[in-house]
Amino acid sequence: MSDVFERVKKIVVENLDVEEDKVTESASFIDDLGADSLDLVELVMAFEEEFNIEIPDDVQENIRTVGDAVTHIKAHVS
Amino acid sequence: MFDLTGRTALVTGASGGIGSAIAKALSEAGAKVALSGTRESVLNEVKGNLPGQGAVVTANLSDTDSVDSLVSRAEDAIGSPLDIVVANAGITRDKLLMQMKPDDWDDVLNVNLGSYYRLTKSVVRGMMKRRHGRIIGITSIVGVTGNPGQANYCASKAGMIGFTKSLAQEVASRGITANCVAPGFIESPMTDVLPEAQKEALLGQIPAGKLGQGSDIASACVYLASDEAAYVTGQTLHVNGGMAMI
Repeated sequence: MSDVFERVKKIVVENLDVEEDKVTESASFIDDLGADSLDLVELVMAFEEEFNIEIPDDVQENIRTVGDAVTHIKAHVS
Repeated sequence: MFDLTGRTALVTGASGGIGSAIAKALSEAGAKVALSGTRESVLNEVKGNLPGQGAVVTANLSDTDSVDSLVSRAEDAIGSPLDIVVANAGITRDKLLMQMKPDDWDDVLNVNLGSYYRLTKSVVRGMMKRRHGRIIGITSIVGVTGNPGQANYCASKAGMIGFTKSLAQEVASRGITANCVAPGFIESPMTDVLPEAQKEALLGQIPAGKLGQGSDIASACVYLASDEAAYVTGQTLHVNGGMAMI
């Protein structure tokens, strides 16, 4: 499942235009990776497409770090 | 100038006077146009008069499921993602406030403003990804000036303006603009029903001395939909023969 992290990382790097090594599990999208709230919405859209899942609005609000995203995606991808 | 070749548009309320004029103008500028409304036979007639490619998608804007699926149905029917949405559909239930029933209020707010929220939300997602989009809300002069007997309608139209300004700020960085066009009094089935005396009184308030035409509104829409208007967002373009200068 480390594959999920790699795929998430690739999307984050592309969307936020950040260095790969900054995208760690504990990195906060907003505080560490320079995302704004609209970037977050777009990231979630990209995750939904990449993993073919739907991330409900109430879950989206709790996705603050790269690790949060990976955890949620792992829970929903079979 | 104002070439919409390669663009795809959706016009709601396209069977009406203003809506059909908007659809025609967008088509003349080169856009493919999906026409939505409740009256399928009239929509087909409008489609038949378009110089370019068109498609008909029926939608009842008082039915939330129908609105939620409208964007995807329109994109399927016309065969490409929407670049331009003109939210033109609207209803009136004119009454003095003291006689206005809760249903008169709810119906007008739901159809005019609620459907604008739903329609916009479902189309903006794709526009954000494509980094391009044009949202155009057809509001009304009375949304700014008020009008006795139309508290519900005026509230819905003022609501569209505030909504559009917020949306414009949220998505400006993604190449999407959101603007309103505010018609004054335009010759249409909605103004045809006004009593003659009221029409005369109206004309006295219009410096241009005549009612506007659907094509006057359509031209404003073509401009706002164009690449040339890329730096114009959150605005309300008043097209009213000088009736109100705001």
